Amino acid sequence: MKYSINQALAGATALAAVSLLATQAVATDELNALVWCDHTDPALIQPFEEKFNVKVNLKEYEGTGAALAIVEQSRPGDWDVFVIDGVDVPGVVESGLLAELPADELPLDDVFEAVQMRDMTFKDGKMYAIMEKFGYNVISYNKDKVDPADMRDLSTLWSDKYKGRIAVYDYYIPLMDLVALKMGIKPSEITADVLPAMREELFKLKDNSVMVGDVVASSTALAVGEADILIGGGEWAVSVLSAEQPELDWVLPDQGGMLWSQSIAVFESSEKKDLAIEFVKYIMSPEGQARLATSSCFWGMPANSKAKELLTEEQRAALRWDEQPGFQANSHRYFIPDAELDTQMLDVWAEFLQH
Amino acid sequence: MARTPPRRAPKTVQAWGFLLPALTWTAVFFVLPVAIMAVYSLWKRVGNRLITEVSLQNYENFFAKSFLWESLVNSLEVTFLVTIISISLAYPFAYILAEKVPERWQRLALIFAILPFWTSYLVRSYSWLLVLSEGGIISNFLLDTGITAEPVSFANDRSATVIGFVHFFVMLLTLTIYANLRQLPRNYRKAAADLGAGPIRTFVYVILPLTLPGIMVGAFLTFVLCIGDYITPAILGGKRELLLPQAIMLQIERRSDFPTASALAMILMVVVSMVYLACARWLKLDRL
Repeated sequence: MKYSINQALAGATALAAVSLLATQAVATDELNALVWCDHTDPALIQPFEEKFNVKVNLKEYEGTGAALAIVEQSRPGDWDVFVIDGVDVPGVVESGLLAELPADELPLDDVFEAVQMRDMTFKDGKMYAIMEKFGYNVISYNKDKVDPADMRDLSTLWSDKYKGRIAVYDYYIPLMDLVALKMGIKPSEITADVLPAMREELFKLKDNSVMVGDVVASSTALAVGEADILIGGGEWAVSVLSAEQPELDWVLPDQGGMLWSQSIAVFESSEKKDLAIEFVKYIMSPEGQARLATSSCFWGMPANSKAKELLTEEQRAALRWDEQPGFQANSHRYFIPDAELDTQMLDVWAEFLQH
Repeated sequence: MARTPPRRAPKTVQAWGFLLPALTWTAVFFVLPVAIMAVYSLWKRVGNRLITEVSLQNYENFFAKSFLWESLVNSLEVTFLVTIISISLAYPFAYILAEKVPERWQRLALIFAILPFWTSYLVRSYSWLLVLSEGGIISNFLLDTGITAEPVSFANDRSATVIGFVHFFVMLLTLTIYANLRQLPRNYRKAAADLGAGPIRTFVYVILPLTLPGIMVGAFLTFVLCIGDYITPAILGGKRELLLPQAIMLQIERRSDFPTASALAMILMVVVSMVYLACARWLKLDRL
């Protein structure tokens, strides 16, 4: 029996329509989440969707400012789950956007101490967010092109040895924090008085650099060989490529590094708080954490230390798991300046870009 | 009994009726957003708070902070460079297309000319990055042919930004100039020849002045699109220097400082308006 192309197409269309209807019929509920790109990996989301018979709608954003603008333009109840930069948690808690989380149902005690950050996620004894993933703004490099031992000393990047081979991650807070560490100043001790000296250090760094770029541009520069070193990089820039480009590595220099963290929370206005909390619990489970840590978008350390057993030896090596105690002890949280100092720092950064 | 003609709306009412949709569209999607932006530019952001006290502080900052006005200078330099190079390349291309290519092949040639428009703007910029970067086609060619001993990179500086822009805008200018050339009656050339003008004199005194509207429209579009573009300099320029759109984004991305960003955007709009006024006499869109 012969079928025409039209019949075949009609059959395929009908099948697709039935499948779509079936999917809609199966997924009885929906959860709307504002997330970073690592949460959009189907390998992470599908197990939750299947277990709870729910469709998770993910809206990816870059920068807390953009996320808050989306929330402002939405109706209350539109969003259920919020993945947010760790440093921005206190401000968002203060604004009343987040719901209380059941601290006793979340594995906070299994979270690495360095990222428990109770001072940021708790207010008046109530928990509003939990750190889910973290890593470092330090140095990523191509070990075929540079001496790995040199990468443990930040000041090497200011010498002529790697002039023209350095890419700079374009985010003024961690980068200026790293410059402070290179100068022997703790990031939390940055004041307006040290900004002129920091400007000079930044100008020297610019003279040695080949480009300054955002997450994608700076990582690409390292991956395609345009640069051999990425200052401000870390596991987030290279670990996801560990299988294809094992020559790309990262390290926390002896002077120290900056610790980044991302947290997960539930919106106070959510009408599906129970389901949203189940999602948070799934993400914080060892299984969810292992999948999140090795997401196809970017890798990072799982906040829950119990995820270790679910990661392969290669994955742990790419994340430098064994060096974590030393790295965590020698890393600093992002310095959050007051409004006036923040403006001054951004101005210095803009001068650096213009230099 | 004499029949009275059907009553018709006065012509001015009819005209306003036709104009209303366009006016509403412009008011809602242009005038209103610009007005909001203008108001924002007079406010201030301190920390996470928006201060709605009216002041010219953001505009004063533009002139007081060298990196801000330098970003405008950089943008103007890049834009003029791109516009001039694009015209220089597009005019001969359009001329050959309109005058030398047989009419039956012109449509096909035009399709080839606008092929780059079919690719995503982002993909095109990243493709150029791969071509111009150290491991790219150009560098490999120079190495293979022994012209250079070491890999070379043409990416991450102003020249890469200009190349990326020119690739796009040459096509745009080719279309506007080609359309203008095609409208020129053949008789003009014959008349010029009858009067003793050679091909060069005919081109300089007849063809070129008559195609000026096409050049100016294309150049103006190039100017407007180029000076406000953020993507190409960010990808190809490697942020070796700050252009005005990047300075605007810096305020929004990192600090959500919409007042400062609005002031910078207003300045950009004033610059574009000034350029429009400067070349308005040549901008005859009906000639295209």
